[in-house]
Order: sequence, then structure tokens, then C-alpha cells
Amino acid sequence: MNLAEGVQLVSLGLLSFMMIGAALGVVLLTNVVYSAFLLGGTFISAAGIYLLLNADFVATAQILIYVGAVNVLIIFAIMLVNKRQDFAPMPKAWIRKAATAVVCVGLFILLSTMVLTTPWAFSSAVGVGNGAIVEIGKHFFTDYLLPFELASVLLLMALVGAVILARREFLPEESDLTGQQPVLTLPERPRELVGAAPGSPDRTITSSPSDQNK
Amino acid sequence: MQLQYFLILAAALFCIGIYGLINSRNAVRVLMSVELMLNAVNLNLMAFSNYLDPVEVKGQVFTVFVIAIAAAEAAVGLAIVLAIYRNRDTVDMEQFNLLKW
Repeated sequence: MNLAEGVQLVSLGLLSFMMIGAALGVVLLTNVVYSAFLLGGTFISAAGIYLLLNADFVATAQILIYVGAVNVLIIFAIMLVNKRQDFAPMPKAWIRKAATAVVCVGLFILLSTMVLTTPWAFSSAVGVGNGAIVEIGKHFFTDYLLPFELASVLLLMALVGAVILARREFLPEESDLTGQQPVLTLPERPRELVGAAPGSPDRTITSSPSDQNK
Repeated sequence: MQLQYFLILAAALFCIGIYGLINSRNAVRVLMSVELMLNAVNLNLMAFSNYLDPVEVKGQVFTVFVIAIAAAEAAVGLAIVLAIYRNRDTVDMEQFNLLKW
């Protein structure tokens, strides 16, 4: 074993330790904010392992998208949703935990056995290394063109769907006042009319659709 | 540097993700567990791409697709969590029984 292989092995050990530890923290810690930050640690460790696997472009994309977008999104969701309450204790919750742990350990043993006994057909060709991004670009625009375009359409659909799902649909205090939703109007937050002339006070009054239907 | 190390690491990460997916009471933590499982799949794809197919790096192409789809899944999933939180005023998975019985 020469020096480079030793360095790679030590790096792999450190990154694996970080990754498994952070993943266990994500699952087992009680505070969900700690879990979110440890999830970022898991993503960064995965990016380091991608670097060990000669994939610098995917490692960069991993850090940009997972740490920069997904993890920040999760932290925002925790801030919007975090309600300081204790969940009601469930009777016999330990049965589910024990059963899941047994199933997970069994699955891990099964997968490890499969990995260790399969004769892998290792390729002896010299890898592309830093030219991987060129190869990825060629694949995107030749034989994987249709999935590439479908991914862009999927991202657009996810954008529109997330906006529609997360939009606040009604105001609870107004529904308490009126008692019923007005028919044939989209219940939305009443907007203030901007740009109205100062001499016409009737146009600056905010009018909600529930008021108009009375 | 063996392929098997990476595959076993990915298997461990996947199993941790399954455990968290089933046992979490917080809905946001369930989404985090799904992200862990997607990362395990990505790790598998990258290891195969490096050791079995180093010339045409198709595993990296698939990893980029999985990353894009995971981003879309996270956005829609968190929007669903926000919508349910507004309806039920909780994020406890045990009380999300709208379609259960």
C-alpha cells in the first residue's frame, strides 16, 4: 500500500464515521433543529465521498443543491412549523421501534452479504477523472436527452405545485367573523389597493370578498 | 479502496433512513429520512460508476437526475407538511389519519 492509498483509506474512514454518526443523529436526536443541521453534515460527508470516487462535478452539485437548497428549505420549514409541544405518548411504541430495528439490521446484514459475495465485474479501463463533466454533458444531450427534458418539466411542476400547496387559502379570523365562506369567490387575503388617489378614500378601504357578498 | 466499502456504507445509510422513516413522529424528520435514503442510492450509483463503468460515467448522470428529483420532492413534501400543519395544527405523524380509516 503506497501513501496515496493510505490517505484515501483514512479519508474514507473519517468520512464514513462522520456520515454514519450524523445520520444516526438525524434519526435519533429529539430536537429536530439539531437533526436538520446534522443532515447538512451527512450531505457534506457524502460530497467528500464523491470526491474520493473521482467525481468532482457531482460533489459540487451535491453541496450546492443538497446543502444549499434542500437543507436550507428544511430548516425554513422547521422554523415555520416548529411548535413547542410534546407528542402524546403512544402505548406500545417500543414494539414498533424494536420491530423496525430488527428489520433494519436484518436488511443491512442481507445487503452486506450480497455485496461481499457477489463477484463484481471490475473494469480495468482508465477512468475519465476530471473529464467526467464533459462526459456527463455529452450524455445529457445525446442518449439521455429525454430524461433531461423531463427533469426540467418535473422541476417546473414541483415549483408550481409547491406554491399552490403552501399558499394560505383562507384567513381564520375572517372565517370566524362571517361564519361561512362566500360562494364562487376564491378565498384569499384581501389586498390593499395601492396607487389610489388620495382624494378618494373609498378606494383605499380594503375590501374582502366576504364583505361584498353580504 | 474497494467497491465493497462504499456499498456497505450505502447499505448502512439506507437502513438508518428506513428506521427514521418508520419511527419518526415529526413530519419534517420523515422527509429528512427520505433524503438520507436518496443519498444512499446516490452513493451506490457513484460507486458503481467509478469501479464498474469509469469510461462512460453513466452512474454520475443518474446521480444528477436523482439529485434534481430529490430537490423537487423536498419542495413538494415540505409544502404538503405546511398545508397539513395549517389544517391539523400539529406535525405529529400519528394524528395525520385523514386517509387512514
